[in-house]
Amino acid sequence: MNKELLLTAGIHLLVAIVILGFILFVVMYMIWGLRRIMGFMQVRIGPNRLGWQGLLQTPADALKLLQKEDVIPKGADRWLFTIAPIIVFVPAYMVYVVMPFGDGLIAKDLNIGILYVSAITSIAVIGIVIAGWASNNKWSLLGAFRAAAQLVAYEVPMILALCVPVIFAGSLRMGGIIEAQEGGWFTNWFIFRGYGIPALAFLIYMAAGLAEVNHIPFDIMEAESELVAGFNVEYSGMKFALFFLEEFAAAFTICAIAVTLFFGGWHAPFPFLGENLTGIAKMAVSLFWFLAKTAVFVFVLMWIRATWPRVRVDQLMNFGWKVMIPMGLFILLAAGTVVTLGWVKL
Amino acid sequence: MIAELVIFIILGIVAVSSAFAVILSKNPVYAVLFLVINFFALAMLYLVLSAQFVAFIQILVYAGAIMVLFLFVVMLLNLTGAIESLQDKLPAQRWLAPALGMVLLVEIAVVFLSGFFAQVPEASELPEGFGTSAPVGMLLFSRYVLPFEVTSAVLLIAMVGSIVLAKRRP
Repeated sequence: MNKELLLTAGIHLLVAIVILGFILFVVMYMIWGLRRIMGFMQVRIGPNRLGWQGLLQTPADALKLLQKEDVIPKGADRWLFTIAPIIVFVPAYMVYVVMPFGDGLIAKDLNIGILYVSAITSIAVIGIVIAGWASNNKWSLLGAFRAAAQLVAYEVPMILALCVPVIFAGSLRMGGIIEAQEGGWFTNWFIFRGYGIPALAFLIYMAAGLAEVNHIPFDIMEAESELVAGFNVEYSGMKFALFFLEEFAAAFTICAIAVTLFFGGWHAPFPFLGENLTGIAKMAVSLFWFLAKTAVFVFVLMWIRATWPRVRVDQLMNFGWKVMIPMGLFILLAAGTVVTLGWVKL
Repeated sequence: MIAELVIFIILGIVAVSSAFAVILSKNPVYAVLFLVINFFALAMLYLVLSAQFVAFIQILVYAGAIMVLFLFVVMLLNLTGAIESLQDKLPAQRWLAPALGMVLLVEIAVVFLSGFFAQVPEASELPEGFGTSAPVGMLLFSRYVLPFEVTSAVLLIAMVGSIVLAKRRP
């Protein structure tokens, strides 16, 4: 009995370590990719010196951040200043518990999967607000105010948009939502079904998701041209690195959830590209498709970052409350109607 | 069973001590953060009772959204020095609050003591899918549809009321 318990605990620990390693690896190469892609789009070079094509640049940067002096401002609330980056990072990590990397590659397929994701990610806001307040700096406090207002406004349309695939699949479970898009062809993905209602939900989800991970065009809480760096202006060294890590890990999460809910998750777009496999091969191929689809969205995010301007605060709030939420309510109603009347084949 | 009891006791201690910390903190920001911890402990207690849906709704709505608004207001008003002046403005509260608190305490004692001597029903096997979204939704929209609708009406009234108050010119 005790031996079994120890074994399960050991396996869980191993999975947790593997996922943490995965996050660190992905974030490092997302940062490298972002710098190279933005460099390419803005007709400059980007980091290309350390290692082949600059591949070792971000690990070197991370090492540099580790060695930096950990500055805590004199007027800051020491205790809250220290735990704020942890409150921000831990939820971004915990979300990966239900991340469906591939067929059988999901740490814990909770039957409230998608609800778990939105509940856990909503905690990160508290960390951001605390960071801004504890720094005892006017810029960071303004950033914290903006963060609170923005994230509360955009969480509602995000959850409304998430409800649409849930209604279509009839399940909150990540595995269940992916199974509902099974069948081999990409036309079974929710984005191509249901009279375009899931497609609209996808657009709302992505816009709210960009606001949620404070990505351009909605990064007003750290708008460097007006607020210096917003809520994290006083942070340096490892604490700053944790904020940075969270931002990229959360961006990857947004893309991965979009793939899971609207783009068939780990399923291949054509049946002959890996539907008839079994065992390890199926696992590997499904992992490949999941990561490939997610990478496309990560690229789109970088593209947006390189090309779009930032919105103003009032535009952001108006757009959130007067456009996104009514649209979210509308698609929720539409999806419910369509499914209840049986107009879609489920 | 033993593991469940240990977890329950730890969560209970966290919940009660964080609730005390909420009312004893001098700094309102700390009070709000202790309230977040309290909500988390409550959510974990729901999880121990196999009510997963309610547990994560608790985290999403209370710990995530409402506490952010609390923090927002506390920081915006910068309440640290304002507590004493607030006490002078509400003199009746100084007498009313302990009295009403005593009433609540007596009520809790009555409920607790009546349950203490009663026969506790034997723990039975949970029905299939207990605590997941579908059965909770079914109950909410069939058996408890009236309380559900009344609650939403109350929330709507509060929302409209706050907008009216905010829009009123001084």
